[in-house]
This record gives sequence, structure tokens and C-alpha cells, in this order.
Amino acid sequence: MNLQTFRENAWNGLWKQNTGLVQLLGLCPTLAVSTSVVNAVSLGLATVVVMAVSNFAVASLRNFIPYEIRIPVFILIIAALTTVVDLAFNAYLHDLYLVLGIFIPLIVTNCIVLARVEAYAAKNDPVSSTVDGIMMGLGLVWLLGVLGGIRELVGSGTLFSGIEMLIPGLSPLSVFGDDYPGFLIGVLPPGAFFTLGCLIALSNRVRTRAAAGKPAHAASDGEEAAPAAAAP
Amino acid sequence: MSNRYTATHTSLRTAGIMVVFTLAFTSMMSQTYRVTRPAIEASEQEQKMRLINDVLPPGSYDNTLLEDFVAAGPTPALGLDRGGRIYRARRAGVPAALVFEAVAPDGYGGKIQLVVAVGADGRLGGVRVTAHKETPGLGDYIDPRKDRNKTRPWIGQFVGMSLADVAPAQWKVKRDGGIFAYRIGATISARAVTNATGRVLEYAAEHRDALFAASTGSAI
Repeated sequence: MNLQTFRENAWNGLWKQNTGLVQLLGLCPTLAVSTSVVNAVSLGLATVVVMAVSNFAVASLRNFIPYEIRIPVFILIIAALTTVVDLAFNAYLHDLYLVLGIFIPLIVTNCIVLARVEAYAAKNDPVSSTVDGIMMGLGLVWLLGVLGGIRELVGSGTLFSGIEMLIPGLSPLSVFGDDYPGFLIGVLPPGAFFTLGCLIALSNRVRTRAAAGKPAHAASDGEEAAPAAAAP
Repeated sequence: MSNRYTATHTSLRTAGIMVVFTLAFTSMMSQTYRVTRPAIEASEQEQKMRLINDVLPPGSYDNTLLEDFVAAGPTPALGLDRGGRIYRARRAGVPAALVFEAVAPDGYGGKIQLVVAVGADGRLGGVRVTAHKETPGLGDYIDPRKDRNKTRPWIGQFVGMSLADVAPAQWKVKRDGGIFAYRIGATISARAVTNATGRVLEYAAEHRDALFAASTGSAI
């Protein structure tokens, strides 16, 4: 893998094909756990691990997987590796597991993992597939972080609540003071849809602006982003 | 003919490969399970012990608590529909406290799993929520780790209470005519935990001697 592919993978994962903003895959866990920054980023990091491992495994084995049964084999590999990651976290990183643990089995239901395995790892070498998995995962991490931050701020007026479980010694920020009554919709499911909707709208605006500012041949960038605008 | 042959051939080949993959990854999972099981069990015990230490001061007993228990079958009074354990703390052989696994079945989001310590004198050592599905940011203050009031968490109000201080009819949240505080907008979670704690106390008062007398690991 060369620098060019690396930069392409990174740009695709973090922005151009961002899982949450453009591909809109894996919305169920995304919306369900983004009630606070710590929860959201924790799920994101666990997803990064699983995506990197499963992309690597599928890319390494891709020549042995017949095309006709690739999907069941991919699901088998993802489910097995998720179980292994879950067990390994539980056994060797137990404190982290207490925070991340409930999210790891959820990752199996996250279709973004299957999507990247199918769309990228099945056609590319193990190293760039691993990079793709990590970058797609990191794209999800930052989006989840922003989503969780907004929902937490609106819903309970704090930021980073629960950080003391991840990094002992740090304490949550109380942004609006302790007497903030909390705006419940932030932490409830509708708040997740509203917030993600606003973020997608914002990202589409930035994308169309960027496309309009460029000469004609770059306009395809904007069109690629368009399906997100059409999604309900 | 040749077409059918190809179809059969392809089916058998892909089926064979699928079997190989399934065997390989299943054995990988079972190997990982075998390797990690001791570490996982150790940390689960440690985790359980940490919770118990929250409700029962480690200095108040001297037996190996996790090995001295009674296995309770389905017990409606404790909310257990699949059974649970009751640990017995002793000091120099004298009964010191009982630690109950209990369930409040009527939380806003379903069952709330609890650990409740009741001293031999009938006083509550403490209550902790071990698992729940209450609304985040609203009903989850029943778990002191999520309670925004860190100095005086809601669940602390039960410590030291006994049925001698609070009659069973009073063992309710204030809104139901009892004496215990709840937070506006999230009565159901508080009511569920309060009522379940009261039921555990009554159960403990009724069965204390039998529970301490039962042989270790036995079922009641």
C-alpha cells in the first residue's frame, strides 16, 4: 500500500463516504447509544476494532471464499471475530469492558461492518483493507462524538459524563450548571433523529458549497453526497 | 446433463467450503472461550465482590462471602422468577448480614436488578442497582453512578433503615403515602426500587433464621 491509497482511504472514511453522514449505514446502534459523548465514542472505538479485524480477516481469506456464498461466510467471520473481541475485552480489559461491553455484541447488527467487508475488503489487499476499516470506524467515531455531545448538552447540560469510568481522575463538565433542568428530548430517540438530521443537512450544505466552488469536473463529488439528502 | 453436473458440483463445493469455514471459526470461538474463561470468571467474581462491598462494609464479616450462600428458587417476594443467590455474612461464626439478589419487576423499562444487604438486626446495609433499562438521564438516578447528586445519591436514603423505624405500609415513595423521596418526572423507577427493597426487608425478617441455618449451597 502506498501513501496515495492511504490518503484516499482516510479521506473516504473520515469525510467523503462517512458512514453516518453519507452512507447512512449502521444507524440503529448509532442512534441508540449516542446519548452521551462517552457512550458514543466508546461504541465507535469498539466498532473500529471489529472493523479493522474483520476487514483484515476477509481480505486475507478473500481468494478462498466462493462468490456465491460470500455473504454467509462474511457474516460468519464478523460474528466469530466480534465474539472473540468481546471475550478478549471481558477477560483482559475488564474495566474497559464494563463500559464498552454492552456495545460490542451490538456491533454484529451494525451493517456498516458487512458493507465495508463486501465493498472493500473482498476486493483489496489485507493492509489497505485494515486501513479502510480503521478509517471508516474513525469516521463513525467523530460523528458519534459530535452527535453524543449535542444530545448530552441539550439533554442533561453536561459533557463527558461517565469519563471517570474510562479515564480515572477526569471528571465530567457541567456546562449549564447543576440546576439545568435537562431537556429530555435530547436523550430520547427522537432527539437522535433530529440531531442526526441537522448534521446531515449541514454536511450536505458544506458538500454542495465545496462542489459548487470547484470547476465542473469536481461536481461529481457533490452528486455522490446527494443520496443522503434524498434519504428520509 | 453437463449443466446439472455443474450445478451439483458447485453446490457441493460451496457447501463444503461453508462447512470448512464454519468449523474453523467455531473452533476459534470455542478456543477463545476456553482460554478466556478463567480470567472472565475471576473478574466477574471481583465485580460482584465490589458491588457487595458497596452495600456491606468488608470489615463487618470474616467468612468467604461468595462461597457461603443459599440458592433461592423462584421467589416472588424477592422478585426472582428464575432464582438467585442469598449470601450470608458471618463474623466469628455469628450471623452478621444477608446479601440478597433481588429484582424490582415493575421499573419503567422492565426489570431492575438489585443487590440488597440486610444486617442481622434487620437494618438495611445498602441497596445497589446492578442492571436496569430505565430512561437515561431521567430514571437512571437509581444507580448512584448515574445520579447527578454525587454527595447524597438518591439510593443512599435507605441505609440504616429497618422495618422497626418504617412500618411496611410506610415503606413507599412519598407520592404513594410513604416516607421516601423520589424525583419529579421519574416516580416509577423510584417506586419500583423502594417497593422491592421493602419486600426484601420483610422477606429477610421472616426467613432470617432459616436462611442462616441452611447448609451452604443448598436450595430453599
